[in-house]
Amino acid sequence: MGIPAIEIKDLWFAYDRIPVLKEVRFTLQQGDFMAIIGPNGGGKTTLLKLMLGILEPKKGTIQILGRKPRDARERLGYVPQSTDINLTFPISVFELALMGRLSRSRFGRRYSDEDKEKVAALLKKVGMWDYRFWPVGNLSGGQRQRIFIARALAVEPAILFLDEPTASVDREFETGLYEILDGLNKEVTVVVITHDVGVVSRYVKSVACVNHTLMFHEEGKITKEMIDMAYKCPVDLVAHGLPHRVLPEHEGE
Amino acid sequence: MWEALHFEFMRNALAAGVFVSIACGVVGTLVVVNRMVFISGGIAHAAYGGIGMALYFGISPLIGAGVFSVGSSLIMGAVSLKSRHRTDTIIGVLWAVGMAMGVIFVDLTPGYHVDLMSYLFGSILAVPKSDLYFMFPLDLVIILVVLFFFKEFLAISYDDEFARVRGIPVNALYLLLFCMIGFSVVMIIRIVGLILVIALLSIPPYIAEKVTDSLGKMMVLSSLFGILFTVIGLWISYRFNLTSGAAIILVAGAGFFLTLALDRFSLSDQSQNAEV
Repeated sequence: MGIPAIEIKDLWFAYDRIPVLKEVRFTLQQGDFMAIIGPNGGGKTTLLKLMLGILEPKKGTIQILGRKPRDARERLGYVPQSTDINLTFPISVFELALMGRLSRSRFGRRYSDEDKEKVAALLKKVGMWDYRFWPVGNLSGGQRQRIFIARALAVEPAILFLDEPTASVDREFETGLYEILDGLNKEVTVVVITHDVGVVSRYVKSVACVNHTLMFHEEGKITKEMIDMAYKCPVDLVAHGLPHRVLPEHEGE
Repeated sequence: MWEALHFEFMRNALAAGVFVSIACGVVGTLVVVNRMVFISGGIAHAAYGGIGMALYFGISPLIGAGVFSVGSSLIMGAVSLKSRHRTDTIIGVLWAVGMAMGVIFVDLTPGYHVDLMSYLFGSILAVPKSDLYFMFPLDLVIILVVLFFFKEFLAISYDDEFARVRGIPVNALYLLLFCMIGFSVVMIIRIVGLILVIALLSIPPYIAEKVTDSLGKMMVLSSLFGILFTVIGLWISYRFNLTSGAAIILVAGAGFFLTLALDRFSLSDQSQNAEV
């Protein structure tokens, strides 16, 4: 199978004293398409930031493509959760998407024509090319999200991480986005944090449920234990595009 | 106004005004978009400690201010990168301790210090030619650094987390920015004094941000606004014999409120149009 995309062993993390994540371990092969589900405050975004090397684990190891996250991050694409930071910032759509072409090796040099062509193609792909000169702050949340996705794709990543990419986009683009991700998944490993268990289950190959600990399911099935652990309440599931109920309804806590 | 240019001090003052405005426009833009206005105020006031110390030891106050200003900006930079939530405390402490040190050193220095007011409120009319030889290269260095790392500064200012994931040395760039703020503050102290540094660093970029949508244009425009404010302020100060630093800031302040008023006006205009 080659080097795993992600290999995490006995990971612990805390912002101060109370552990946010404990005993997390899983291995994700390259070419996988993993959904991370779980309740708010359960540590999903924290886990993502650990894998990206933005945060350092307190204990345990993370290997991304066989290396430390910091050494692998040039090959990681990332779509952050909130795109409404800095709304008054003077930056255009094109400039923002171009940030995906930043790299350490070309530090201090201008963007090349090739960079610009790649970004132009991606903006067309997410339907934002007509807005390329617009200030980012003047766009709707869904439009901004598309630009952030284009920016992450501009990295030409080996692994693409998305933190609730469909939180503020319309249904139409949501399906469109997963079609894009599905297409990309032929070459790129995709990891997506999501609440939309229903939509995502048609595309994902594996599911991890995070609620301080992590439960990993390699076949993309969402098991009852996962849901119990994650939400502690009845959840309707639509699995693999077939509108059938996976789980029996059960009583809340 | 033109006859005033026969005086060398007036020509020096104008040149100093232009040089400082350019530094303010470029660095101030980064200060404003990174929300570091308060940090710059802290740096300026901490610099007073250096001025007092320089007077006590009999060296050039410019050197004292420079060392303290760059030193305190690096400390604040390091703290703000390490623990964002404690930044304001450290700023406040360095602000006050720097000022207090300055006052104590001045107390300890024998003699009469009429000149100190000029560090509090600036003395653009007393800028010697030698200061210009320090300001011009500094401008040049600031412009070159920002041009060279423009896309990186844009990236860390907008989204430092993403820049970090891309492998950009975010911390090093921030410390570079803090260095530039420190040196600019020393220049600005000469013109409007340490009490008014914040205004000259933040008002021109604020106005420029309203009318432009790119960081580069914002830098150029705020430099031009800065030049406009200093020239008008300088003229008012010369014509009516007023403190130059305060006159410059009041002109900038007038520009600020005018922008706010125009902004309001055009907003209500738009909403009216929208209703129709």
